[in-house]
Amino acid sequence: MIKAEKVIFEYPVQENEEAREVLHGIDLHVKKGEFVALLGHNGSGKSTFAKLLNGILVPTGGKVLIDGIPTDDEDRLFDVRKRAGMVFQNPDNQIVATVVEEDVAFACENMGLPSQEIRRRVDNALEAVGMSEFKLHAPHMLSGGQKQRVAIAGVLAMEPDVIILDEPTAMLDPKGRQEVMNAITTLNREKGMTIVLITHHMDEACRADRVVVMHGGSIVTDDVPARVFSQVEKMHRLSLGVPQTVELMYELNEGLDLTRLSVEDCAAEIEKYLAKGEDK
Amino acid sequence: MLKDITLGQYFPGKSAVHRLDPRVKLLALIVYIVALFMAGGAVSYAIATAFVVAAIAISGIKPKLILKSLKAIIFIVLFTAVLNMLYTPGDVLFSVWIIRITKQGIYNGFGMGLRVILLVTASALLTYTTSPMALTDGLESLLSPLKKLRIPVHEFAMMMTIALRFIPTLIEETDKIMSAQKARGADFESGNIIKRAKALIPVLIPLFVSSFRRADELATAMECRLYHGGSNRTRLNVLRYGRLDGIGALVIAMVCAAVIVVSKVFGL
Repeated sequence: MIKAEKVIFEYPVQENEEAREVLHGIDLHVKKGEFVALLGHNGSGKSTFAKLLNGILVPTGGKVLIDGIPTDDEDRLFDVRKRAGMVFQNPDNQIVATVVEEDVAFACENMGLPSQEIRRRVDNALEAVGMSEFKLHAPHMLSGGQKQRVAIAGVLAMEPDVIILDEPTAMLDPKGRQEVMNAITTLNREKGMTIVLITHHMDEACRADRVVVMHGGSIVTDDVPARVFSQVEKMHRLSLGVPQTVELMYELNEGLDLTRLSVEDCAAEIEKYLAKGEDK
Repeated sequence: MLKDITLGQYFPGKSAVHRLDPRVKLLALIVYIVALFMAGGAVSYAIATAFVVAAIAISGIKPKLILKSLKAIIFIVLFTAVLNMLYTPGDVLFSVWIIRITKQGIYNGFGMGLRVILLVTASALLTYTTSPMALTDGLESLLSPLKKLRIPVHEFAMMMTIALRFIPTLIEETDKIMSAQKARGADFESGNIIKRAKALIPVLIPLFVSSFRRADELATAMECRLYHGGSNRTRLNVLRYGRLDGIGALVIAMVCAAVIVVSKVFGL
């Protein structure tokens, strides 16, 4: 689905400034239906990498292929963007129209689809993110989480193969964050949508099938969440946290199984440990 | 505080006036204004007034709202009426010093005042019963023949849509910046007008900067959703003329024709 091969990127430079390479040869394959979380602290190059995935930026070295189509082929840029939808951080700055359904229809209108087809896609997309009842609302009357779900629906209506989300929850309150994460997880589990989620919330990354950690423009770890987060020292060294559950078990320092990420599993693990203590 | 500002207020509803195609309503307004300025006699004014009153009644818009929109122009109405009253020559009724009030003057003054009132009422009714989106769509569709002259009609309509979309967002942001500055001791309320205008500069600069940032992000987001201008673009809701629009157009045409005929042919 997504294939990045030895991707190098440097931002164009002004005069008498030195070229700054932001990405140093990234290799990444994302398979159909996968849910990949991309972690990294500020300046690790994760947002830059995201922008390379649908041709907003073009790699200065190496290749990015979406479904076999190179992103640097200008004639096929539309095909790339149709397949790889992008959701940004600020919901306010990506909603175009003054009515929710018109906004969701925006991409389809640009694709020149007949209006019955647009109607079908808009209704499906709004249904998929649970926003059908707000179809005729004005976007500025919605909460942050709702706005972000409308933005996801707007991308979904293109019927892309993969959705790339660049810190979609960074500007939301906990409730909105939960809403958006649930929408993303449902899309992946129920519709088999391929997801690339860029985030710096560890508990969001836990929901993914696979966690990719970037540091200083390279990929340093690429594994299932349980194995990535159980390496607590390594994560701290990369100035990243671990989910609160792991942090708790790590701090207890009693040889608990750090791969048990979810709150329920963590509770069970601690309970097991306490029960063992009582036996003694 | 800035939340009270609403541009092109729209009151959703399901009346016949609401459901009328925006293109019909726009054209109707233009024709109506033309007829209004051709009206001359009491009968023609009466027909024109009756039409607007009937339209308001059908729309279900509260008369209070209409009166509110008239409050803003009260000065202009009085000003036009008085000027017309003073400067129309004719049969003098009475004169004080250099002011001479004529019979025709009084008549003209009332006529002009009524015209302005009807004009504003009719335009207000249009914005009250038509959503900004429908209005933009209507304008785009009506002006689309100009595309042949290479006038970027779609781009103008898109700009209008985006402007309407961002008005509430920017108002909210202005509020936020003002609060932040007030919290640090900025004073927006005292002093003369120049002083107050100067106090707004520190609000406007961050607002400009953030608007540019927003514009940049919005442009990227639009490109990601395949925006490439108006060519080969389809619409979710296509404007279509229905039976109601035919009836509406007929009624409006008849009323306007009646106004013009009554005033120009019969001189009433």
